[in-house]
Amino acid sequence: MSARTFTAIGTRPVRHDGLDKVTGRANFGADITVPGMIFGAVLRSPHAHARLVSIDTTAAEAMAGVKAVLTRDDIPETFAKVVMGEAGTIGLHDMGDNALARTKVLYQGHAVAAVAATSLDIAQRAADRIKVVYEVLPAACTLDQALAPNAPILHEGLRTKGKATSDADGPTNVAMRIEMRRGDIDQGFGEADIIVEDEFRTPMVHQGYIEPHACVARYGEDGQVVIWTSTQGHFMVRDSCAGILGLDPAKIKVVATEIGGGFGGKISVYLEPLAAALSRKAHRPVKMVMTRGEVFRASGPTSGTTIRMKIGAKRDGTLVAASTTMYYEAGAYPGSPAGGGAMCCFASYRIPNFSIEAYDVVVNRPRVAAYRAPGAPAAAFATESVVDEIARRLGMDPLELRLKNAVTEGDRAPYGPTYGPIGLREVIETARRHPHWQAPLGPNQGRGVACGFWFNAGMASSAIVILHGDGSAAVVTGNPDIGGTRAAQALMVSEELGIPVDRIRPSVADTDSIGYADVTGGSRVCYATGMAVIQAAQDVRDQLRQRAATIWGVDLSQVGWENGQAVALDGAPAQTPLTLAELADKMASTGGPVVGRATVSPPMAGPGFAVNICDLEVDKETGCSRVVRYTAIQDVGKAIHPSFVEGQMQGGAAQGIGWALNEEYVYASDGTLQNASFLDYRMPVASDLPPIETVLVEVANPLHPYGVRGVGEVPIVPPLGAVANALRDATGVRFTELPLSPPRVLARLSKD
Amino acid sequence: MAVVYFPSGMTRYTDGVDQLHIEAPRVRELLQEVLARYPDLAVMLESMTVAVDGQVYHHPDYVPLTSTSEVHLVPRIAGGSTALRS
Repeated sequence: MSARTFTAIGTRPVRHDGLDKVTGRANFGADITVPGMIFGAVLRSPHAHARLVSIDTTAAEAMAGVKAVLTRDDIPETFAKVVMGEAGTIGLHDMGDNALARTKVLYQGHAVAAVAATSLDIAQRAADRIKVVYEVLPAACTLDQALAPNAPILHEGLRTKGKATSDADGPTNVAMRIEMRRGDIDQGFGEADIIVEDEFRTPMVHQGYIEPHACVARYGEDGQVVIWTSTQGHFMVRDSCAGILGLDPAKIKVVATEIGGGFGGKISVYLEPLAAALSRKAHRPVKMVMTRGEVFRASGPTSGTTIRMKIGAKRDGTLVAASTTMYYEAGAYPGSPAGGGAMCCFASYRIPNFSIEAYDVVVNRPRVAAYRAPGAPAAAFATESVVDEIARRLGMDPLELRLKNAVTEGDRAPYGPTYGPIGLREVIETARRHPHWQAPLGPNQGRGVACGFWFNAGMASSAIVILHGDGSAAVVTGNPDIGGTRAAQALMVSEELGIPVDRIRPSVADTDSIGYADVTGGSRVCYATGMAVIQAAQDVRDQLRQRAATIWGVDLSQVGWENGQAVALDGAPAQTPLTLAELADKMASTGGPVVGRATVSPPMAGPGFAVNICDLEVDKETGCSRVVRYTAIQDVGKAIHPSFVEGQMQGGAAQGIGWALNEEYVYASDGTLQNASFLDYRMPVASDLPPIETVLVEVANPLHPYGVRGVGEVPIVPPLGAVANALRDATGVRFTELPLSPPRVLARLSKD
Repeated sequence: MAVVYFPSGMTRYTDGVDQLHIEAPRVRELLQEVLARYPDLAVMLESMTVAVDGQVYHHPDYVPLTSTSEVHLVPRIAGGSTALRS
């Protein structure tokens, strides 16, 4: 536990943006309207894989109301680079090609052309009049198809990075092979008393953010561009648009609107470069909003996977060896989270001998985007299912087996470094003590548990704290607020300066008005941006000490700060303490406005771990499963605003339960997506779920002044395994392929 | 001298060597020396970041090293971002 005693941190004030959100006043991407605005629409490929032979825009351009038509001829091929969060410096070539296809379309929904017109209806009808001649190519829409001998090749120039042998130098759909080994795998399995092995499959799923991608771009006659957009990182949007369009970033300002969910799916650009390029041609601001069908077909999903998992244990439950081979769909371009899966799959357990192989495989499906703990949920589904099966076969309590093998400080992570202070053991012990673990089950019910791990990023952030003359303050950062981070930042300023949290106004500034910030992702904002906020508030505090020294006519070294006021230190002439409000009132006469600032670029926050307990009830006549009780327990380091931390845990559990039970991209054999709507893509709604109970465990992260770890991604890692293990408990059948939808469960139960 | 560990998937580029002791003041110089010895590693390094003594850095170039530093090469979290092509 963190030793420090807090006053504001850990309280639960009403969030500053709450009323606007619940009353509908908050402005999201599609709410932005500017004078003279026209509307953009995108023509998308009907084919999963085809060569673009020709694009004839004559008929579209002739329509009344059409102001601009955009094709590949309007956007040069780019080889520019941009910093993209945890992925580091990445090439923009594929992102640009994904925004508007150049030579081939690589999935159904791939953008081919765009139109701007005086109404959305005209834009859509004009897009339909664009004549595209396709040379349809055989498609590789699944992992099996993409990996088969003589598979259709998506990118002729693609070669495998990190391949095992040098005898396969021809074109391939395997973009990367990652390998990690430790110990002697053969000897390890030789020492095992029990070995469990199986193959697990998870489908491609979407993040399911409620707000679709939406933006407005205005390209001025002077070359100055303003983009309003719903994004997880407006600096990324600025730099990506500059690179894709060949513009000077200095001439682009990006304003982040309120954001209705991202989960990793909004750290890339889709519409923004098109809207800016259309505006350049039309000389009018252009608004673009994806339909839900476009969101499903052309943005976001995370990888479907096939994972072979094998783990060996001694009779007493000690894990001695593990091996896995993992295949992750990247969608149309390289960049699946195979690396995340590889690093996470054995991160919870001390296993002396292991072998991990992971493959990044391109397929004719949408380019995948990050999705909460990218790569980890599918990996944990496989690992936790096998660990559960080992416990069953050994007759051991599944939590006891996990505790016996749990990593702790000083253990070496499978990806190399040694763990610092981590809370997995505390989390498992908390789960064992929780009433849920001992509660009786009803008929046709089963209980499952699973562990989860995620890294939690650091990266670059900036913050400004502005003191007002009346003793109130503003805190400004460059990170779009997705999970309540503005309220958390106000709490941090309140903690440092003693200003009531409702007298602190937190906001997210545009790219002209605050220092650079990496994306809101990697569970990093409360940790890294929070660190910048704390330092900026401390900068204000130190400036106020100087102002007090000026007023008292003493040296700065003789002025301290206690309980929100400047005090004379021992040895200095006695003075009545000056409150922050008194010092704020005298700002003009003591040197002018007080503005604190800080920038940071810390390392990763230190990992977070969670355990979930799931009770599932199965209707064996229909195959329908229902979660009847669910408890999420997580090491959060230090909860700044506990309600929002609990919300992250509940949201992650809900998304994970949906992934486990119902969600999947359903494709026809020709590579066309069959369920691109919320009607047919079944996400859980409130009535599908019980209240998600949460337990916050606080093992302080030594890298942060309050002990904060990231909390946003860990919660989605355990649910897939917890739900599947509960179904195994309820039915006696081990399911290895998600989703555990009624038809799949019924078919298997009928068969067995 | 700091010791840098290569994940097993990278040892095909290092003639099978899985760890190397290098005298270097910072990560930048250490990686320069690694690449001087194994230039084929460049294609893999662009997809990796670096952990020094347990801390994973996103921008590791100027992280100082000591004589006992342990350096691990760690895959970056892609999550859908397009890796740089060589």
